[in-house]
Amino acid sequence: MKAQRVQALTKKELLRVIREPANLFLVFLFPLILTLAFGVAFGAIGTGGDIQYSVAVIDLDSTSWSEGLVAELYNSGVLVPTPYTDAVTAHSDLQQGRVSAVLTIPKGFGDSVEAFTANPGNPSAWPVSTLELSLDQGSMIVSSVVPSMIQQALSVSLYGEEALSPPSPVKIGAPLMVESVKLTQFDIMVPGMFSYAVIFLTMIVSQVFTEERQQGILKRIAVTPTTASDIFGAQIIANLLTGVVQIMVVFVASYVMGFRPLGGIGGVLTAFTITLLLVLCNVGFGLITATLAKSSGAATGLSFIFILPQMLLGSFVPAPESVARFVPSYYVTKTLTNVFLRGADVLSQSTILNIGILAVYSLSVIALGVVLYSRYGNR
Amino acid sequence: MIDAIKIKGLVKRFGDITAVDDLNLNIMKGEIFGLLGPNGAGKTTIINILSGLLEPTSGSAEVAGYDIKTQSMDVKGLIGVCPQHSAYYKYLTGRENIELFGDLHGMPKKLLRERTEYLLENIALMEMADRKTGNYSGGMIRRVNLAMALIHDPEIAFLDEPTVAMDPQSRRATWDFIRDFRKREKTVILTTHYIEEAENLADRVGIIDHGKLIALDTPCSLMDKHGHENLEDVFITLTGRKIREDV
Repeated sequence: MKAQRVQALTKKELLRVIREPANLFLVFLFPLILTLAFGVAFGAIGTGGDIQYSVAVIDLDSTSWSEGLVAELYNSGVLVPTPYTDAVTAHSDLQQGRVSAVLTIPKGFGDSVEAFTANPGNPSAWPVSTLELSLDQGSMIVSSVVPSMIQQALSVSLYGEEALSPPSPVKIGAPLMVESVKLTQFDIMVPGMFSYAVIFLTMIVSQVFTEERQQGILKRIAVTPTTASDIFGAQIIANLLTGVVQIMVVFVASYVMGFRPLGGIGGVLTAFTITLLLVLCNVGFGLITATLAKSSGAATGLSFIFILPQMLLGSFVPAPESVARFVPSYYVTKTLTNVFLRGADVLSQSTILNIGILAVYSLSVIALGVVLYSRYGNR
Repeated sequence: MIDAIKIKGLVKRFGDITAVDDLNLNIMKGEIFGLLGPNGAGKTTIINILSGLLEPTSGSAEVAGYDIKTQSMDVKGLIGVCPQHSAYYKYLTGRENIELFGDLHGMPKKLLRERTEYLLENIALMEMADRKTGNYSGGMIRRVNLAMALIHDPEIAFLDEPTVAMDPQSRRATWDFIRDFRKREKTVILTTHYIEEAENLADRVGIIDHGKLIALDTPCSLMDKHGHENLEDVFITLTGRKIREDV
């Protein structure tokens, strides 16, 4: 390898990224826009603020008892009763997600409660009335929370506050309040964005090699004293430099959107180290793709064989860990989640193990890519 | 005279097809050698073997005294190859494309800058030198293609159809450039479809057909020997085809 040749080829690669709009978008603008857009979309979700569910209430009874029930729903602090006059509008709003549930208080509800309070020990004296409840079946939380909250409000209406704490021989101790970091959905996604940003290098590397092969440039370089190691070395260096900028873009954009990682300088260095190992791996995937693809168009398509699993199993998309372990991006996301969100020590056994596994993975892939491309890539 | 290139019994087969058939040829240092032949005759295959892109099936060749099989890196340091189809980086400027190939040949930076200026001036590309080659006309691209091959001032230049798609003015400039090579004792192997180009430039021409060297001499001697007034007629007599019939 000669430094002058490697430097010239590296400069050429970096100019390609900067000057070709498609590359510029994939490498820099895509992670920037993705991070900013996700910050806007998910930055406010899961901040630990009050969670409330709107309940449409159709009060056909209109007695002090039904009003008392509605007041108890409101007192729950979780349910927000909204009065509706007709069932059609209420169910339409439920279907459109404007309310989470519809509660219909039937006529005669007050009479039932009156009879119960007058004769609590004689069920045969109570005229039975039924509260009708419709729920948003698309939300598991609504399905589990709203009925129990309404049951609780009804119990308080019938029996008073003491109904919530009946005499019991067992008590729950006062909970120890532990201060925890309130994470937004965006915070949880950020570690995966570091992986997401660099996995498209597979496509770019495969396109570089197939295009240069198609256009006869590689053949032209082959009649100079340039060696294969000069070409592969420059490709690796250029992509590592690109990766550094990509990591910085994700850091800055996520910080602007409110992400505050734990782990300090050590965490930042860990992010650079492990993400750059993933860059190396994706350069290898790019070489394997370029070996298989006959044209740059085919390379674009084939590269998704490597991009999609990393995207879906190893970034911010929840995936079963047993499968995710097979994709390299999993180790980046997992490590950065531990360091940035849980404050794990950067020298912890788990972090070092993940970096080690990814290093072996990446070096194996790049070695395989170089061997395959050198042997079969110039056909 | 010293031989720049020595070829002995060179054969190249692709499966059942023999692209180069027992070629024996010596090209002298400082000579402009025209390699003529119809499309598919084997000219580009010969250049590819001599420049180390292809391995011969049998036979041997030396370029500037180096064996092409065992000393290909030494050969590559001394040759410049201008391919038939322009190969360049569209996103680089003309200057950057030329300088890149100088760097690949390990030229000292100062010399590289001076040589780039000299070439840009001589191929009349100084004004467009800092624009991306993606915006160049066909003729300008051909000129950059030539400059990329000659940036390191090679001892031996393989020019495969160097003036295709050039306007007459650029072609004349390229011819002057090639003649200047000869003055400086450099060797040029020129393949061309333009018979007048070979007549004007080449000290000797070799006519290749079906991989075989069927004639070898100076243009004048070939015309005298076959009783023709131009090389085109000699070519037709020998091959039964016009050189440019399928161009």
